[in-house]
Amino acid sequence: MHIGNYIALAHDSEQELTKALRQVADHHKDEPDIEQVCQLLATWSEKHVNELKPFVERYSEEKSDEPERLMQSLFDEPRSGGLALLRDLHDLWLMANEAELCWIVLSQAAQGLHDKELEEACARFRDDTKRQLAFLLTRIKVAAPQTLIAAD
Amino acid sequence: MEQTRDSIKDIWGERKPYEGHWPVRVDEKTEEEPDHWVQSACVLCSNGCGMDIGVKDGRIVGVRGRAVDAVNHGRLGPKGLHGWVANNSQDRLTKPLIRRNGKLEEASWDEAMDLMVQRSKDIISKKTALGIGFYTSGQLFLEEYYTLGVLGKAGLGTPHMDGNTRLCTATAAAALKVSFGSDGQPGSYTDLDTTEAILHIGHNIASQQTVLWMRILDRLAGKNPPKLVVIDPRETFTARKATVHLAPRVGTNVPVMNGLLNLIIQAGHINQDFIDAHTIGFEELKEIVSHWSPERVEALTGVPAGKLREAAQILGTAKTLVSTVLQGVYQSMQATAAAVQVNNLHLIRGLIGHPGSGIYQMNGQPTAQNTRECGADGDLPAFRNWGNKAHIEQLATLWNIDSDIIPHWSPPTHAMQIWRYAEKGSINMLWISGTNPAVSLPQLERVRSILQQENLFVVVQDAFMTETAKYADVVLPAAIWGEKTGTFTNVDRTVHISHKAVDPPGEAKPDFEIFLDYARRMDFRDKDGGPLIKWKTPEECFEAWKECTRGRPCDYTGMSYAKLSEGSGIQWPCNEQYPDGKHHLYEDGVFNTNVDYCETYGHDLVTGAAVTQEEYKAKDPKGKAFLKGVDYEPPHEEPDEEYPLWLTTGRLVYHFHTRTKTGRSRQLNEAAPDAFVQVSDEDAARYGLKTGDMVEVASRRGTVTEPVLVGDIEPGLVFIPFHYGYWDEPGRKRAANELTITEWDAVSKQPHYKYAAVRIRKI
Repeated sequence: MHIGNYIALAHDSEQELTKALRQVADHHKDEPDIEQVCQLLATWSEKHVNELKPFVERYSEEKSDEPERLMQSLFDEPRSGGLALLRDLHDLWLMANEAELCWIVLSQAAQGLHDKELEEACARFRDDTKRQLAFLLTRIKVAAPQTLIAAD
Repeated sequence: MEQTRDSIKDIWGERKPYEGHWPVRVDEKTEEEPDHWVQSACVLCSNGCGMDIGVKDGRIVGVRGRAVDAVNHGRLGPKGLHGWVANNSQDRLTKPLIRRNGKLEEASWDEAMDLMVQRSKDIISKKTALGIGFYTSGQLFLEEYYTLGVLGKAGLGTPHMDGNTRLCTATAAAALKVSFGSDGQPGSYTDLDTTEAILHIGHNIASQQTVLWMRILDRLAGKNPPKLVVIDPRETFTARKATVHLAPRVGTNVPVMNGLLNLIIQAGHINQDFIDAHTIGFEELKEIVSHWSPERVEALTGVPAGKLREAAQILGTAKTLVSTVLQGVYQSMQATAAAVQVNNLHLIRGLIGHPGSGIYQMNGQPTAQNTRECGADGDLPAFRNWGNKAHIEQLATLWNIDSDIIPHWSPPTHAMQIWRYAEKGSINMLWISGTNPAVSLPQLERVRSILQQENLFVVVQDAFMTETAKYADVVLPAAIWGEKTGTFTNVDRTVHISHKAVDPPGEAKPDFEIFLDYARRMDFRDKDGGPLIKWKTPEECFEAWKECTRGRPCDYTGMSYAKLSEGSGIQWPCNEQYPDGKHHLYEDGVFNTNVDYCETYGHDLVTGAAVTQEEYKAKDPKGKAFLKGVDYEPPHEEPDEEYPLWLTTGRLVYHFHTRTKTGRSRQLNEAAPDAFVQVSDEDAARYGLKTGDMVEVASRRGTVTEPVLVGDIEPGLVFIPFHYGYWDEPGRKRAANELTITEWDAVSKQPHYKYAAVRIRKI
């Protein structure tokens, strides 16, 4: 089985997202809504990481030695300059999408395995991730015209 | 010289207890005997009291309340009785000014307007109208806002239009939209005539709307007085009259409201039939509030569990209920979420849409409702939905333009974001009309530095050389109330006409004419090459506005200048079906939430994320109201060792906004001449302070020096009134907003003025 690999992928994706949300919050402190909401969203991802731990343990044996080539970082560090905020939000959105896809994939497998607990957890996590995505997309849409047309 | 009462000494005047109706009492203050009276209404709070302006030899010499008026039955408050003297001030602006070599110098209207047009065109050629922003007021007239809205949205095509209404009523609009699908207050002031109970949350009505408070005092003095629940961290005039006063810690409105809703649901004091037929979301709400036992609420908010139970008993059992909400909720943490819980209270009890029950998500300013209705702020005209293409097409047809011109790719830019764009240099022209952000915005040092940026061309249109005007590149002298004709709408949807009584001083012009002049010089055209803005007079504009509102919740089509002048206040909707206006919205329990009709598709109450049209369609409420619950989120800044006290800010009964008008009345100024910091007896003892001592109050953002006033406030909390700035040269830093935080509510985008961590030091 490969499910252990995917849980590890989900776990690491959320860990990276937590870190990236905090970095963006710190870096863009002059945008109070970005700072405050990204800090809040980071606590959601962090919670997912913690709540995934029992499943990481449960399926730790169910892991192949397939190379984890998906485990790449979209996000090195926050940017500076006129495009910075938009590009940082863009990356956060991509990372959150990866998390959402993990929940979909894992939920499918959980159904196949009749693991109600994992299925329920994936549904809950996915709801949060969708709210993260909705915030990021709302903010990206607002920032896009001003950034691409009017910013220095 | 006539003065029917001394409103400075006795703010609310003598009682006229209810005799089944609210008796008339005509308040008057004139300095000379007028030769004639001109119909108007008061513009010194959101109450909208009918008022006549007394004129002698072309000068305003006084005012009197209109006995026949629906709102005030003749009464006027201290601001209304005294504020008019500002019109006659010697320091009115009378000529346009242009900054040359760093100094503001007199110029002609042609020079000033041509400079603005040239700057506008330069910016547009480089970066489209995204480089131009507007920051208006809650104090102009409907016709002025509509003209401004059209020139900005259909002429320039900029999404950057907002006003200081963002600071005072944005949450009112947001909360109404969240629950009911659109802006618009469900009730009528007449509900106060019969209601069994009243809830004031974060609303010091006795100081804010003195005449509405008189109505309540007269109920309290009559037979069958209503019970009063007041939620406010300070022992205000309002709180002193309460049956139950809850004084929660700063930033804890949501836990208090959740606790009350929980007790009411637990006790079964709900209207299940109404909930089933007319709402969605009850089970989720019930689940969220079920975690808020009175004991948990007490631990977090400091409100004793027993008192919460007493309040819940009143709010849960009264057969009719009027609730009012204001800045204590709107300018605090979780603003929209907390305001929505008041809507929820009425919805789960079915107390909406009939006499005696109303919700007032209050406005702060006299014409704020019109800023919202007309599209001069972050809304589209007549409560249209920026996310609904059909609504954009309606506007495009009405204005005879291509719909692409109207910016609707994302929500209209909110004020705090407009200022941020200016700070970052992507907005290069900011046109400020009828307001004073250099005193009223949070974190003033930052605001002053933005206003002084080299890359920002600032236009200020005002009647006085305000703290903001001093930083302008162009100053335009504006006519004010009494010097121009127009209409405006108060909190309970009552529309008044205010006729021109006297000429403006010098070359000052109505804002209406200034906006029209700019539109003409910019040569804004419609699709057929005709002028975009076809009206020339306020009355023609009102007629155009009526067409814009046809079929929308704020339907004005049944009104006219003649009709408004015959009576004294008409409530919208006013149309063929309701030719005399309508007292209550939602009488049939059908709300404005239908997907094709609603003003918004809603937001995530925690993050502010916009709900999309598809998502909304999937759960189309089809006229049911939304019950939305939220859990508690702590404030973003809390007292710590370095800054151990909470600061909250607010108003005084004798002043309005930044005192631009009220500070110029000798009586009002003498009644409240200076800012102060109010501290509790306990904190006074701890810091060794007595009333009159001078202290330095510091936050992470700035420092002020204020005299101390001891008492009537919770320990750990200090209060500074927000009115006081620098135009009358106090010789020290004193504006409360030197200390406040740049941050805002996730949904309404209203700034958080009600909390900041500060320290005090005796000097």
